Amino acid sequence: MTVDIRKQLHAGSGRIAMELQFDIRNGELFALFGPSGAGKTSVARMIAGLLAPDEGRIIVDNQLWFDQLQAVNLPPQRRDVGVVFQEYALFPNMTVRENVAYGLKKEQPENVVDELLDIMELGKMEKVKPAMLSGGQKQRVALARALARRPKVLLLDEPTSALDAALRVRMQHYIRTVHDQHQMTTLLITHDVTEVIRLADRVLVIEQGNVVTQGAARDVLPLDDLRSLL
Amino acid sequence: MVDPFILTLKLALISTLILFVISLPIAYALAFSSFRLKPLVEALVSLPLILPPSVLGFYLLLAFSPERGFGDFLQRYFDIRLVFTFPGLVISSVIYSLPFMVQPFQSGFRMIPRSLIEASYTLGRGRIDTLLHVLLPNMRAALITGSILAFAHTIGEFGVVLMIGGSIPGETRVVSIALYDEVQAMHYHSANIYAGILLAFSFVILVTVYTINQRFSNNLFRP
Repeated sequence: MTVDIRKQLHAGSGRIAMELQFDIRNGELFALFGPSGAGKTSVARMIAGLLAPDEGRIIVDNQLWFDQLQAVNLPPQRRDVGVVFQEYALFPNMTVRENVAYGLKKEQPENVVDELLDIMELGKMEKVKPAMLSGGQKQRVALARALARRPKVLLLDEPTSALDAALRVRMQHYIRTVHDQHQMTTLLITHDVTEVIRLADRVLVIEQGNVVTQGAARDVLPLDDLRSLL
Repeated sequence: MVDPFILTLKLALISTLILFVISLPIAYALAFSSFRLKPLVEALVSLPLILPPSVLGFYLLLAFSPERGFGDFLQRYFDIRLVFTFPGLVISSVIYSLPFMVQPFQSGFRMIPRSLIEASYTLGRGRIDTLLHVLLPNMRAALITGSILAFAHTIGEFGVVLMIGGSIPGETRVVSIALYDEVQAMHYHSANIYAGILLAFSFVILVTVYTINQRFSNNLFRP
Protein backbone atom coordinates (compact mmCIF):
# COMPACT_ATOMS: atom_id res chain seq x y z
CA MET A 1 0.00 0.00 0.00
CA THR A 2 1.33 3.39 -0.97
CA VAL A 3 -0.01 6.45 0.76
CA ASP A 4 1.02 9.88 -0.46
CA ILE A 5 -1.39 12.52 0.81
CA ARG A 6 -1.68 16.20 1.58
CA LYS A 7 -4.59 17.68 3.46
CA GLN A 8 -5.45 20.81 5.41
CA LEU A 9 -6.98 19.66 8.68
CA HIS A 10 -8.85 21.70 11.24
CA ALA A 11 -7.99 20.10 14.55
CA GLY A 12 -8.80 21.23 18.06
CA SER A 13 -5.32 22.69 18.33
CA GLY A 14 -5.74 24.77 15.17
CA ARG A 15 -4.84 24.08 11.55
CA ILE A 16 -2.58 21.24 10.54
CA ALA A 17 -1.02 21.01 7.10
CA MET A 18 -0.76 17.25 6.75
CA GLU A 19 1.83 15.93 4.34
CA LEU A 20 2.52 12.22 4.57
CA GLN A 21 4.18 9.65 2.42
CA PHE A 22 4.66 6.04 3.42
CA ASP A 23 4.55 2.48 2.12
CA ILE A 24 3.13 -0.53 3.91
CA ARG A 25 4.19 -3.97 2.69
CA ASN A 26 1.52 -6.56 2.00
CA GLY A 27 0.86 -8.66 5.08
CA GLU A 28 2.60 -6.20 7.36
CA LEU A 29 1.28 -4.97 10.70
CA PHE A 30 2.17 -1.30 10.50
CA ALA A 31 1.69 1.17 13.34
CA LEU A 32 0.90 4.86 13.03
CA PHE A 33 2.11 6.39 16.24
CA GLY A 34 1.84 9.91 17.56
CA PRO A 35 0.27 12.17 20.16
CA SER A 36 -3.45 12.88 20.01
CA GLY A 37 -4.21 15.64 17.55
CA ALA A 38 -1.39 14.53 15.22
CA GLY A 39 -3.93 13.58 12.54
CA LYS A 40 -3.74 9.79 12.89
CA THR A 41 -7.48 9.18 12.67
CA SER A 42 -7.70 11.39 9.60
CA VAL A 43 -5.15 9.16 7.86
CA ALA A 44 -7.30 6.10 8.56
CA ARG A 45 -10.40 7.94 7.36
CA MET A 46 -8.67 8.91 4.12
CA ILE A 47 -7.59 5.31 3.48
CA ALA A 48 -11.12 4.06 4.23
CA GLY A 49 -12.65 6.60 1.83
CA LEU A 50 -14.50 8.54 4.53
CA LEU A 51 -12.44 11.70 4.02
CA ALA A 52 -10.89 12.92 0.78
CA PRO A 53 -7.30 14.15 0.75
CA ASP A 54 -6.70 17.52 -0.93
CA GLU A 55 -3.94 16.07 -3.07
CA GLY A 56 -2.05 12.85 -3.59
CA ARG A 57 -2.63 9.17 -4.19
CA ILE A 58 -3.56 6.01 -2.30
CA ILE A 59 -2.67 2.76 -4.05
CA VAL A 60 -3.44 -0.67 -2.63
CA ASP A 61 -2.24 -3.83 -4.40
CA ASN A 62 -1.78 -1.92 -7.66
CA GLN A 63 -5.35 -0.67 -7.46
CA LEU A 64 -5.90 3.06 -7.39
CA TRP A 65 -8.17 3.98 -4.44
CA PHE A 66 -7.55 7.68 -4.63
CA ASP A 67 -5.80 9.92 -7.11
CA GLN A 68 -6.53 13.60 -7.10
CA LEU A 69 -4.91 14.21 -10.50
CA GLN A 70 -6.90 11.47 -12.22
CA ALA A 71 -10.04 12.34 -10.21
CA VAL A 72 -10.23 8.81 -8.79
CA ASN A 73 -11.90 8.48 -5.39
CA LEU A 74 -13.40 5.06 -4.72
CA PRO A 75 -16.31 5.13 -2.25
CA PRO A 76 -15.78 3.17 1.01
CA GLN A 77 -18.01 0.37 -0.30
CA ARG A 78 -15.57 -0.37 -3.13
CA ARG A 79 -12.41 -0.24 -1.06
CA ASP A 80 -11.55 -3.64 0.32
CA VAL A 81 -11.10 -2.38 3.85
CA GLY A 82 -12.20 -3.29 7.37
CA VAL A 83 -12.37 -0.55 9.98
CA VAL A 84 -12.46 -0.82 13.77
CA PHE A 85 -13.63 2.57 14.97
CA GLN A 86 -12.38 4.16 18.15
CA GLU A 87 -15.91 4.34 19.56
CA TYR A 88 -16.76 0.78 18.35
CA ALA A 89 -19.71 1.98 16.20
CA LEU A 90 -21.66 -1.24 16.76
CA PHE A 91 -25.24 -1.23 15.50
CA PRO A 92 -27.44 -0.98 18.64
CA ASN A 93 -30.41 -2.64 16.96
CA MET A 94 -28.54 -5.82 16.02
CA THR A 95 -27.31 -8.73 18.13
CA VAL A 96 -23.62 -9.62 18.28
CA ARG A 97 -24.13 -12.22 15.56
CA GLU A 98 -26.12 -9.82 13.35
CA ASN A 99 -23.46 -7.14 13.73
CA VAL A 100 -20.76 -9.52 12.53
CA ALA A 101 -22.93 -11.01 9.77
CA TYR A 102 -23.81 -7.52 8.48
CA GLY A 103 -20.32 -7.29 7.00
CA LEU A 104 -20.54 -10.53 5.01
CA LYS A 105 -20.34 -10.38 1.24
CA LYS A 106 -23.24 -12.05 -0.59
CA GLU A 107 -21.23 -15.07 -1.66
CA GLN A 108 -19.73 -15.72 1.77
CA PRO A 109 -21.16 -18.61 3.82
CA GLU A 110 -22.67 -17.91 7.23
CA ASN A 111 -20.10 -20.11 9.01
CA VAL A 112 -17.53 -17.32 8.57
CA VAL A 113 -19.45 -15.68 11.41
CA ASP A 114 -19.27 -18.78 13.62
CA GLU A 115 -15.55 -19.00 13.06
CA LEU A 116 -15.00 -15.35 14.01
CA LEU A 117 -17.23 -15.53 17.08
CA ASP A 118 -15.21 -18.56 18.08
CA ILE A 119 -11.82 -16.88 17.69
CA MET A 120 -13.02 -13.82 19.60
CA GLU A 121 -14.64 -16.00 22.27
CA LEU A 122 -18.01 -14.39 21.70
CA GLY A 123 -20.02 -17.55 21.02
CA LYS A 124 -21.99 -17.35 24.25
CA MET A 125 -22.98 -13.75 23.58
CA GLU A 126 -24.10 -14.10 19.99
CA LYS A 127 -27.73 -13.26 20.78
CA VAL A 128 -26.93 -10.27 23.00
CA LYS A 129 -27.31 -6.63 21.90
CA PRO A 130 -24.27 -4.30 22.17
CA ALA A 131 -25.75 -2.26 25.04
CA MET A 132 -25.32 -5.30 27.30
CA LEU A 133 -21.63 -5.82 26.49
CA SER A 134 -18.53 -4.63 28.31
CA GLY A 135 -15.96 -2.43 26.57
CA GLY A 136 -13.66 -5.34 25.84
CA GLN A 137 -16.48 -7.42 24.40
CA LYS A 138 -17.68 -4.55 22.23
CA GLN A 139 -14.20 -4.10 20.86
CA ARG A 140 -13.96 -7.80 19.96
CA VAL A 141 -17.33 -7.63 18.18
CA ALA A 142 -16.10 -4.58 16.26
CA LEU A 143 -12.95 -6.47 15.25
CA ALA A 144 -14.91 -9.59 14.24
CA ARG A 145 -17.30 -7.45 12.18
CA ALA A 146 -14.47 -5.70 10.36
CA LEU A 147 -12.88 -9.08 9.56
CA ALA A 148 -16.01 -10.80 8.25
CA ARG A 149 -15.49 -9.52 4.71
CA ARG A 150 -11.87 -10.73 4.72
CA PRO A 151 -10.61 -7.28 3.77
CA LYS A 152 -7.26 -6.70 2.16
CA VAL A 153 -6.61 -3.85 4.56
CA LEU A 154 -7.56 -3.67 8.22
CA LEU A 155 -7.63 -0.25 9.91
CA LEU A 156 -7.59 -0.22 13.70
CA ASP A 157 -8.17 3.20 15.29
CA GLU A 158 -6.94 3.12 18.90
CA PRO A 159 -8.48 -0.34 19.35
CA THR A 160 -7.39 -0.75 22.97
CA SER A 161 -7.41 2.81 24.30
CA ALA A 162 -10.73 2.40 26.12
CA LEU A 163 -9.70 -0.85 27.81
CA ASP A 164 -7.97 -1.49 31.12
CA ALA A 165 -4.47 -2.99 31.19
CA ALA A 166 -5.43 -6.67 31.39
CA LEU A 167 -8.07 -6.42 28.66
CA ARG A 168 -5.66 -4.44 26.53
CA VAL A 169 -3.13 -7.26 26.49
CA ARG A 170 -5.87 -9.75 25.60
CA MET A 171 -7.15 -7.54 22.80
CA GLN A 172 -3.61 -7.15 21.47
CA HIS A 173 -3.35 -10.94 21.42
CA TYR A 174 -6.56 -11.16 19.35
CA ILE A 175 -5.27 -8.54 16.93
CA ARG A 176 -1.96 -10.34 16.40
CA THR A 177 -3.75 -13.69 16.01
CA VAL A 178 -6.22 -12.55 13.37
CA HIS A 179 -3.62 -10.52 11.53
CA ASP A 180 -1.39 -13.59 11.20
CA GLN A 181 -4.29 -15.88 10.30
CA HIS A 182 -5.88 -13.64 7.69
CA GLN A 183 -2.62 -12.35 6.22
CA MET A 184 -3.98 -8.86 5.77
CA THR A 185 -2.21 -5.57 5.65
CA THR A 186 -3.00 -3.95 8.99
CA LEU A 187 -2.66 -0.31 9.95
CA LEU A 188 -2.75 0.14 13.71
CA ILE A 189 -3.31 3.63 15.04
CA THR A 190 -2.13 4.15 18.57
CA HIS A 191 -0.52 6.54 21.01
CA ASP A 192 0.65 3.68 23.22
CA VAL A 193 4.36 2.84 22.92
CA THR A 194 4.05 -0.63 24.44
CA GLU A 195 1.35 -1.50 21.94
CA VAL A 196 3.63 -0.61 19.08
CA ILE A 197 6.44 -2.75 20.53
CA ARG A 198 4.15 -5.71 21.16
CA LEU A 199 2.35 -5.72 17.85
CA ALA A 200 3.91 -3.76 15.06
CA ASP A 201 6.42 -4.90 12.47
CA ARG A 202 7.22 -1.31 11.61
CA VAL A 203 6.09 2.08 12.83
CA LEU A 204 5.62 5.54 11.41
CA VAL A 205 5.83 8.32 13.99
CA ILE A 206 3.90 11.47 13.10
CA GLU A 207 3.42 14.80 14.75
CA GLN A 208 1.31 17.72 13.49
CA GLY A 209 0.52 15.79 10.32
CA ASN A 210 4.12 15.18 9.33
CA VAL A 211 6.51 12.25 9.49
CA VAL A 212 8.95 12.43 12.39
CA THR A 213 10.61 9.10 11.77
CA GLN A 214 9.89 5.55 10.65
CA GLY A 215 11.35 2.06 10.85
CA ALA A 216 11.33 -1.03 13.06
CA ALA A 217 9.64 -0.25 16.36
CA ARG A 218 12.66 -0.98 18.53
CA ASP A 219 14.93 1.26 16.47
CA VAL A 220 12.61 4.18 16.24
CA LEU A 221 10.89 4.64 19.56
CA PRO A 222 12.54 6.34 22.53
CA LEU A 223 14.00 3.42 24.44
CA ASP A 224 14.41 5.24 27.71
CA ASP A 225 10.66 5.75 27.81
CA LEU A 226 10.28 2.09 27.07
CA ARG A 227 12.48 0.83 29.87
CA SER A 228 10.51 2.83 32.35
CA LEU A 229 7.30 1.42 30.91
CA LEU A 230 8.29 -2.23 30.68
CA MET B 1 -73.10 10.71 15.72
CA VAL B 2 -70.65 7.98 14.79
CA ASP B 3 -70.13 8.95 11.14
CA PRO B 4 -67.90 12.00 11.78
CA PHE B 5 -65.61 9.86 13.93
CA ILE B 6 -65.23 7.18 11.26
CA LEU B 7 -64.60 9.83 8.62
CA THR B 8 -62.05 11.61 10.84
CA LEU B 9 -60.14 8.39 11.57
CA LYS B 10 -60.18 7.45 7.87
CA LEU B 11 -58.83 10.88 6.94
CA ALA B 12 -56.13 10.76 9.62
CA LEU B 13 -55.04 7.23 8.74
CA ILE B 14 -54.78 7.83 4.99
CA SER B 15 -53.02 11.18 5.49
CA THR B 16 -50.54 9.64 7.93
CA LEU B 17 -49.66 6.82 5.55
CA ILE B 18 -49.08 9.23 2.68
CA LEU B 19 -47.12 11.57 4.97
CA PHE B 20 -44.88 8.73 6.16
CA VAL B 21 -43.86 7.91 2.61
CA ILE B 22 -43.13 11.48 1.52
CA SER B 23 -41.63 12.67 4.81
CA LEU B 24 -38.83 10.08 4.87
CA PRO B 25 -37.01 11.34 1.76
CA ILE B 26 -37.62 15.00 2.69
CA ALA B 27 -36.28 14.51 6.23
CA TYR B 28 -33.32 12.46 4.93
CA ALA B 29 -32.36 15.19 2.48
CA LEU B 30 -32.73 17.92 5.09
CA ALA B 31 -30.74 15.98 7.68
CA PHE B 32 -27.80 14.85 5.57
CA SER B 33 -27.26 17.31 2.78
CA SER B 34 -26.64 20.99 2.61
CA PHE B 35 -27.68 22.89 -0.47
CA ARG B 36 -28.15 26.57 -1.02
CA LEU B 37 -31.94 26.50 -1.04
CA LYS B 38 -32.18 24.32 2.09
CA PRO B 39 -33.41 27.14 4.40
CA LEU B 40 -36.13 27.83 1.85
CA VAL B 41 -37.26 24.20 1.79
CA GLU B 42 -37.16 24.00 5.58
CA ALA B 43 -39.24 27.17 5.86
CA LEU B 44 -41.79 25.87 3.34
CA VAL B 45 -42.15 22.55 5.18
CA SER B 46 -42.57 24.33 8.51
CA LEU B 47 -44.95 27.01 7.27
CA PRO B 48 -48.13 25.20 8.43
CA LEU B 49 -46.77 25.40 12.00
CA ILE B 50 -47.32 29.14 12.19
CA LEU B 51 -49.69 29.89 9.33
CA PRO B 52 -53.35 30.35 10.37
CA PRO B 53 -55.14 27.28 8.94
CA SER B 54 -57.65 29.56 7.28
CA VAL B 55 -54.86 31.13 5.23
CA LEU B 56 -53.65 27.75 4.05
CA GLY B 57 -57.24 26.72 3.41
CA PHE B 58 -57.89 29.86 1.41
CA TYR B 59 -54.96 29.29 -0.94
CA LEU B 60 -55.81 25.61 -1.32
CA LEU B 61 -59.37 26.65 -2.15
CA LEU B 62 -58.04 28.93 -4.85
CA ALA B 63 -55.73 26.21 -6.17
CA PHE B 64 -58.39 23.50 -6.19
CA SER B 65 -61.17 25.67 -7.54
CA PRO B 66 -62.42 24.22 -10.87
CA GLU B 67 -62.72 27.73 -12.26
CA ARG B 68 -58.96 28.26 -12.15
CA GLY B 69 -55.75 26.82 -13.61
CA PHE B 70 -54.85 23.76 -11.55
CA GLY B 71 -58.38 22.84 -10.46
CA ASP B 72 -59.63 23.36 -14.00
CA PHE B 73 -56.81 21.16 -15.33
CA LEU B 74 -57.68 18.35 -12.92
CA GLN B 75 -61.37 18.62 -13.67
CA ARG B 76 -60.96 18.76 -17.42
CA TYR B 77 -58.36 16.06 -17.99
CA PHE B 78 -58.78 13.69 -15.04
CA ASP B 79 -62.32 14.46 -13.96
CA ILE B 80 -61.03 15.05 -10.45
CA ARG B 81 -62.63 17.61 -8.24
CA LEU B 82 -60.84 18.51 -5.01
CA VAL B 83 -62.99 21.23 -3.50
CA PHE B 84 -65.57 19.89 -1.03
CA THR B 85 -64.42 16.30 -1.53
CA PHE B 86 -62.64 13.73 0.61
CA PRO B 87 -59.54 13.47 -1.67
CA GLY B 88 -59.21 17.26 -1.40
CA LEU B 89 -59.25 16.93 2.38
CA VAL B 90 -56.52 14.28 2.25
CA ILE B 91 -54.24 16.50 0.16
CA SER B 92 -54.78 19.50 2.44
CA SER B 93 -54.19 17.36 5.54
CA VAL B 94 -50.92 16.10 4.12
CA ILE B 95 -49.72 19.67 3.54
CA TYR B 96 -51.09 20.85 6.88
CA SER B 97 -49.46 18.08 8.97
CA LEU B 98 -46.19 17.82 7.01
CA PRO B 99 -43.96 19.54 9.61
CA PHE B 100 -45.31 17.31 12.38
CA MET B 101 -43.92 14.29 10.55
CA VAL B 102 -40.81 15.78 8.90
CA GLN B 103 -39.34 17.48 11.96
CA PRO B 104 -39.25 14.40 14.26
CA PHE B 105 -37.88 12.31 11.36
CA GLN B 106 -35.21 14.92 10.66
CA SER B 107 -34.02 15.03 14.26
CA GLY B 108 -34.21 11.23 14.37
CA PHE B 109 -31.79 11.02 11.44
CA ARG B 110 -29.49 13.58 13.06
CA MET B 111 -29.42 11.67 16.36
CA ILE B 112 -27.75 8.67 14.75
CA PRO B 113 -24.01 8.81 15.33
CA ARG B 114 -22.10 9.49 12.14
CA SER B 115 -19.79 6.55 12.88
CA LEU B 116 -22.67 4.04 12.53
CA ILE B 117 -23.34 5.25 9.00
CA GLU B 118 -19.64 5.20 8.16
CA ALA B 119 -19.28 1.71 9.64
CA SER B 120 -22.08 0.52 7.39
CA TYR B 121 -20.42 2.06 4.32
CA THR B 122 -17.05 0.48 5.10
CA LEU B 123 -18.86 -2.86 5.44
CA GLY B 124 -19.80 -2.56 1.79
CA ARG B 125 -23.38 -1.42 2.24
CA GLY B 126 -24.86 1.41 0.19
CA ARG B 127 -27.24 4.18 1.20
CA ILE B 128 -30.47 2.20 0.84
CA ASP B 129 -29.15 -0.77 2.86
CA THR B 130 -27.85 1.63 5.49
CA LEU B 131 -31.19 3.42 5.63
CA LEU B 132 -33.17 0.20 6.01
CA HIS B 133 -30.90 -1.74 8.36
CA VAL B 134 -29.08 0.93 10.38
CA LEU B 135 -30.89 4.28 10.29
CA LEU B 136 -34.59 3.40 10.46
CA PRO B 137 -34.34 0.66 13.13
CA ASN B 138 -32.33 2.99 15.35
CA MET B 139 -34.78 5.89 15.07
CA ARG B 140 -37.96 4.00 15.89
CA ALA B 141 -38.90 6.53 18.57
CA ALA B 142 -38.75 9.36 16.02
CA LEU B 143 -40.76 7.34 13.48
CA ILE B 144 -43.46 6.54 16.01
CA THR B 145 -43.54 10.07 17.45
CA GLY B 146 -43.78 11.69 14.00
CA SER B 147 -46.54 9.33 12.91
CA ILE B 148 -48.59 9.81 16.06
CA LEU B 149 -48.20 13.59 15.99
CA ALA B 150 -49.19 13.84 12.32
CA PHE B 151 -52.15 11.53 12.95
CA ALA B 152 -53.30 13.53 15.97
CA HIS B 153 -52.76 16.86 14.24
CA THR B 154 -54.93 15.74 11.34
CA ILE B 155 -57.66 14.73 13.77
CA GLY B 156 -57.56 18.20 15.29
CA GLU B 157 -57.74 19.93 11.91
CA PHE B 158 -60.50 22.55 11.66
CA GLY B 159 -59.72 25.72 9.74
CA VAL B 160 -58.45 24.04 6.60
CA VAL B 161 -61.37 21.61 6.48
CA LEU B 162 -63.82 24.41 6.95
CA MET B 163 -62.36 26.33 4.00
CA ILE B 164 -61.85 23.47 1.61
CA GLY B 165 -64.29 20.75 2.67
CA GLY B 166 -67.28 22.45 4.11
CA SER B 167 -69.55 20.15 6.08
CA ILE B 168 -70.87 17.42 3.83
CA PRO B 169 -71.99 14.45 5.93
CA GLY B 170 -70.00 11.30 5.13
CA GLU B 171 -67.67 13.21 2.79
CA THR B 172 -66.07 16.12 4.64
CA ARG B 173 -67.92 16.44 7.96
CA VAL B 174 -65.15 15.50 10.39
CA VAL B 175 -65.53 15.63 14.18
CA SER B 176 -64.21 19.16 14.67
CA ILE B 177 -66.66 20.45 12.05
CA ALA B 178 -69.52 18.43 13.51
CA LEU B 179 -68.75 19.99 16.89
CA TYR B 180 -68.88 23.48 15.37
CA ASP B 181 -72.18 22.72 13.66
CA GLU B 182 -73.72 21.39 16.86
CA VAL B 183 -72.72 24.54 18.75
CA GLN B 184 -74.13 26.73 15.96
CA ALA B 185 -77.41 24.79 16.25
CA MET B 186 -77.24 25.12 20.05
CA HIS B 187 -77.17 21.32 20.53
CA TYR B 188 -74.85 21.56 23.49
CA HIS B 189 -75.29 17.96 24.59
CA SER B 190 -73.91 16.52 21.34
CA ALA B 191 -71.27 19.23 21.22
CA ASN B 192 -70.15 18.17 24.66
CA ILE B 193 -69.73 14.57 23.56
CA TYR B 194 -67.69 15.52 20.47
CA ALA B 195 -65.50 17.90 22.45
CA GLY B 196 -64.99 15.51 25.36
CA ILE B 197 -63.90 12.66 23.11
CA LEU B 198 -61.48 14.90 21.16
CA LEU B 199 -60.01 16.23 24.41
CA ALA B 200 -59.51 12.75 25.89
CA PHE B 201 -58.07 11.48 22.63
CA SER B 202 -55.54 14.35 22.37
CA PHE B 203 -54.43 13.83 25.94
CA VAL B 204 -53.94 10.07 25.49
CA ILE B 205 -51.95 10.69 22.30
CA LEU B 206 -49.56 13.09 24.04
CA VAL B 207 -49.07 10.78 27.03
CA THR B 208 -48.24 7.99 24.56
CA VAL B 209 -45.70 10.14 22.71
CA TYR B 210 -43.94 11.20 25.90
CA THR B 211 -43.91 7.63 27.22
CA ILE B 212 -42.32 6.36 24.02
CA ASN B 213 -39.72 9.13 24.07
CA GLN B 214 -38.80 8.39 27.64
CA ARG B 215 -38.45 4.66 27.07
CA PHE B 216 -36.34 4.99 23.92
CA SER B 217 -34.10 7.84 24.96
CA ASN B 218 -33.07 5.97 28.10
CA ASN B 219 -31.27 3.10 26.45
CA LEU B 220 -30.00 3.97 23.00
CA PHE B 221 -26.47 4.90 21.98
CA ARG B 222 -24.82 4.44 25.29
CA PRO B 223 -21.17 3.94 24.37
